[in-house]
Amino acid sequence: MRLSYPTNIKIIKVPCTGRVDILFILKAFENGADGVCLIGCLEGECHFLTGNIRAKKRVEYIKSLLEETGIGAERVAMYNISAADGRRFAEIAREMTEKIKALGPNPAKKQVE
Amino acid sequence: MIVANRKPFEEIMEMLKPYKKILLLGCNECVTVCSVGGAKEVAVLASEIRLSRLKNIIPVEIKEHTLERQCDPEYALSISSFVNDYEIIISMACGCGVQTIAETYREKYVVPAVNTTFMGSSEEHGVWREKCQGCGNCILDKTLGICPVTRCAKSILNGPCGGSQGGSCEINKDTPCAWQLIIDRLKQMNMMEKYLEIQPVKDWSTSRDGGPRTRIREDLRI
Amino acid sequence: MTTESNLEKVLKSGSFAVTSECGPPRGADTEAIRKKGAFLKGYVDGVNVTDNQTSVVRMSSFSASLVLKEMGFDPVMQMVCRDRNRIAIQSDILGAAALGIHNLLCLSGDHQSFGDHPSAKNVFDIDSIQLIQTVKRMRDDGKFLSGEQIKGRPDIFIGCVENPFADPFDIRALRLAKKAAAGAQFVQTQCVFNVEKFSKWMEMVRDLGIHEKMYILAGITPFKSVGMARYMKTSVPGMDVPEGLIKRLNDTPKDEVADEGIKICLEIIEQVRTIKGIAGIHIMAIEWEHKVPEIIEAAGLYPRPS
Repeated sequence: MRLSYPTNIKIIKVPCTGRVDILFILKAFENGADGVCLIGCLEGECHFLTGNIRAKKRVEYIKSLLEETGIGAERVAMYNISAADGRRFAEIAREMTEKIKALGPNPAKKQVE
Repeated sequence: MIVANRKPFEEIMEMLKPYKKILLLGCNECVTVCSVGGAKEVAVLASEIRLSRLKNIIPVEIKEHTLERQCDPEYALSISSFVNDYEIIISMACGCGVQTIAETYREKYVVPAVNTTFMGSSEEHGVWREKCQGCGNCILDKTLGICPVTRCAKSILNGPCGGSQGGSCEINKDTPCAWQLIIDRLKQMNMMEKYLEIQPVKDWSTSRDGGPRTRIREDLRI
Repeated sequence: MTTESNLEKVLKSGSFAVTSECGPPRGADTEAIRKKGAFLKGYVDGVNVTDNQTSVVRMSSFSASLVLKEMGFDPVMQMVCRDRNRIAIQSDILGAAALGIHNLLCLSGDHQSFGDHPSAKNVFDIDSIQLIQTVKRMRDDGKFLSGEQIKGRPDIFIGCVENPFADPFDIRALRLAKKAAAGAQFVQTQCVFNVEKFSKWMEMVRDLGIHEKMYILAGITPFKSVGMARYMKTSVPGMDVPEGLIKRLNDTPKDEVADEGIKICLEIIEQVRTIKGIAGIHIMAIEWEHKVPEIIEAAGLYPRPS
């Protein structure tokens, strides 16, 4: 199953979405990312029981931070899929890329380069 | 612990507006425990400020630093070597910390990043509730560990008022009626006879109403 | 010791007492209070004057009491602990007594978050039970809270309120006992709609012998509309409106709802009158003062003892 997904996505592996700190996401934007997408296990199927639920709450919180800084809440998203569902992963990657492309570049990036 | 809330980001940015070199100062005590002004929150706010400045193309340099305790002059002095490298100090500590820093560095403009709200305790992860008002004359022995001065919206010493309903205070369904809690506890402890005692008019001179308070222990003074 | 209060006289004589209330206007014009007063003239033994009720700024209860006094009423000045510290409270008590106000109703007061100035700082220096104690001490011992002597004791009949429908229910009679012990001589209850619960409360009150220590006036409020009944049920803290009453109003043709409301009110009066220990009623006809004479006449409580 060779599925293609957009090449401008940088994948960062974490043991669980519960490991994703608010700062990781903020730093990603500081470093010029245009969008951040968290992909966790299906709800109820977390290896660490509630890691993905906590990540979901953190995503909600970070959306409020991005909104107040003027970066925009819609640049962050979280999806829950099964680890076996490569097709859905590729789909989400395309969806997210399209969405961020439509939003344009991260407004904090003007001076990064 | 002392509990605080972070000020709205817009208000913070307004205070920092004319400044490029900012010292962002956290505190390792209460505000760390209530997740509003510790090293973590310092890092988050610093990142937010940078993002906002990047977006608006206004340069900024932020030094992130967290003191062991901001309300103690000894710790406040520990930043003296670099404090002058910055134009403004924004403190994430409670009002006590902000004032200690301002008194220590009189030539510096020190501004608060949080609104100090109350003395309280953690009820569960992420929930803090006000528990003490520091009235200077504790009556928790009479009310079995529940403070009506703080936890009753009207500070009624002979409660509950007529607005207590279903265990909640009349001001808000999410606020437990302190007197309902006291009565429950009195019953549980078989101490209902205490309820019949009329609590006399309180002497508020030991509280803030008597003016700002000072505590001195002569034996500890150097 | 008897004060110059007419209400006290009526209660002491053993007559079934009737009081009502006048909410002061939201302005400096006394016309509104005179107009409301005119409806009640001759129909009540005392008239309550509310004190910034629901924390909405109105003409002071003291001033409005004076206007009603001028009209020949025996005002029951309400005083809440929300807006005054002990200095202002004692000062206002002296002022009221000096100008011939002989009834004071002691309340803690609604929290200011309900009113038109939610950003206000509240006081609550003393609570309602301590306010009762304060008045009693000033009148009987001739002393201020500080212990200093008063020259010219305030001659005041002391009242309080109690809400039999608030929680926890089982201490509501005990709390009234505390108020009696503090010095309250009469109580006006929260509006009674649930007579069954009210009777249960009165049973507890009698078991504690409170009805022999103070006069108990049952609060009565006529429903003007279904909306009002619903609002009181859902939005007024500590109010108990049985679903049956709302249904009864709901099943009434629209143009007859007001009459049905009065009918319910008269039935409640009839029922509470038979409860042992009830010394009178307190009618709170919210923005419906002109209906009070009709209610009192229909209840067979007119004329009033002179």
